[in-house]
Amino acid sequence: MLARELTIEELASEIPDGSKLALPPDYAYCALSAVRALIRQQKRELHLVGVPSLGFQADMLIGAGCVATVETAAVTLSEYGLAPRFTAAVKSGSITMMDATCPAIHAALQASEKGIPFIPLRGLIGSDILKNRKDWKVGNNPFADEKDDPIVFLPALKPDVALIHAPIGDKFGNVWVGVRREQMLMAHAAKTTYVTVEEIVEGNIMEDLQLKAAAIPGIYINVIAEAKNGAWPIGIPGGYDSDHQHLKGYVELAQTAEGFDQYKNEHIYNSKAEAAE
Amino acid sequence: MSTVLLEEILINAISKNLDGLGHIAVGASSPIPGAAALLARTRSNGSMRVSILGSEDNNFFSDGGKEIFDIAGQGRMDAFFLSGAQIDGKANVNLVAVGDYNQPKARFPGSFGSGYLYFVVPRVILFRLEHTPRTLVKEVDFISAPGFSDGDIYRPGGPYKLITDRCLFHVNKQKKCFELESVHPGHTVDEILEQTGFEFLLPNNEVPETETPDDATLKVIRGEVAREISEIYPSFASRVFGIK
Repeated sequence: MLARELTIEELASEIPDGSKLALPPDYAYCALSAVRALIRQQKRELHLVGVPSLGFQADMLIGAGCVATVETAAVTLSEYGLAPRFTAAVKSGSITMMDATCPAIHAALQASEKGIPFIPLRGLIGSDILKNRKDWKVGNNPFADEKDDPIVFLPALKPDVALIHAPIGDKFGNVWVGVRREQMLMAHAAKTTYVTVEEIVEGNIMEDLQLKAAAIPGIYINVIAEAKNGAWPIGIPGGYDSDHQHLKGYVELAQTAEGFDQYKNEHIYNSKAEAAE
Repeated sequence: MSTVLLEEILINAISKNLDGLGHIAVGASSPIPGAAALLARTRSNGSMRVSILGSEDNNFFSDGGKEIFDIAGQGRMDAFFLSGAQIDGKANVNLVAVGDYNQPKARFPGSFGSGYLYFVVPRVILFRLEHTPRTLVKEVDFISAPGFSDGDIYRPGGPYKLITDRCLFHVNKQKKCFELESVHPGHTVDEILEQTGFEFLLPNNEVPETETPDDATLKVIRGEVAREISEIYPSFASRVFGIK
């Protein structure tokens, strides 16, 4: 079966307002060209899920007013400092935070991956992370011998959409993600997965066993779109480096709402940027 | 040897707490703990593994972001490092917010793996390079990870040491608090008392000075450790060790 091959703009148009949208951290493969299309299409009320943390993608979507809820272990721009639009939104109360810890996101996605309703996780008890997560419960380990063994139960986390980028995919929707296997977990857990790839290659990735070992099979992939430099201004592991000057410039501008709008007009909204996608 | 830098004293002091362990993991943005782990590894005769997040040379994980947590949950990680915007006298760590959680005065990236790793990794070394009443507080505003747990909570891990730019504390597990272990050269106990927002225990005898690394150790720190750490933290390696 062939995957549907769309343009970036068409791909973004299929992601509805209010979607629970899973995104990877900056050090994985981020579909920034698709994120820019989401911003151009003025998506609203998105519920972002960081797997397990978020970076520039989240800061831009929040700055553009696309986001209602952020569920993540962190929002970080690493060496570029605090994420300015995220920080401003939390301080003003314009987004709802669902703070988590990294393994809780992974585990809750694994519950969806297995089709089970919840999963237990160690840790968390006594933290304010747990106190603020009304959707998490503390129960007793049903297999404990004699004394009680309290443990946290996390409901399965099922994103509506996983949006990822990858170096290569094929026309069957098979996508090679290499060592970044959390993208595989995202695809397994989400209802639908949209992928942008640097290149749609000839042939079938699954016929090469070395590629297959690190590939997401097309059964999970609904739509694929080709996006050369699709992670820019972030880099991709083993591919190209981050555009440091550009990212530094973003962080400087995004310190204010006006500065962010200027960035948006120059790099996301203008026709040249659009034509390049 | 030229003047010994604070960074070198910290690297040496931290590394002394890692000798004999099998697997040390170092999180993001932690050049000094990373260098300390690499230094301890040079003394281990090949029996120590060090994994550094963000490194390609020192990261052997191949099963995605979850693997490091699964490894820790199984007890295959012996030491880890945590920092905090605030750390309090009960060793609670805050990586989230200052002020009210819902309308904070300051918001930081978030808890990352702390709410889990602090419970399961036997030696968690707390690390904070700003030792002031602003950072070492009486009570944190948000508990990303609690320092101690009640008896019925599964807790093979927890705090082991707290190292700052002024001193080293160890954890008194019985009394659930910090105890001053040594003061870095050029600092005093009075200054520590003044600059710490929480109460801590003082030893019965005089507080020793944190050891300065000997010439042989300095040579290793400035040589192979500096070279390896520059792969992950080039600006740190350039500032401290002059590696371009």
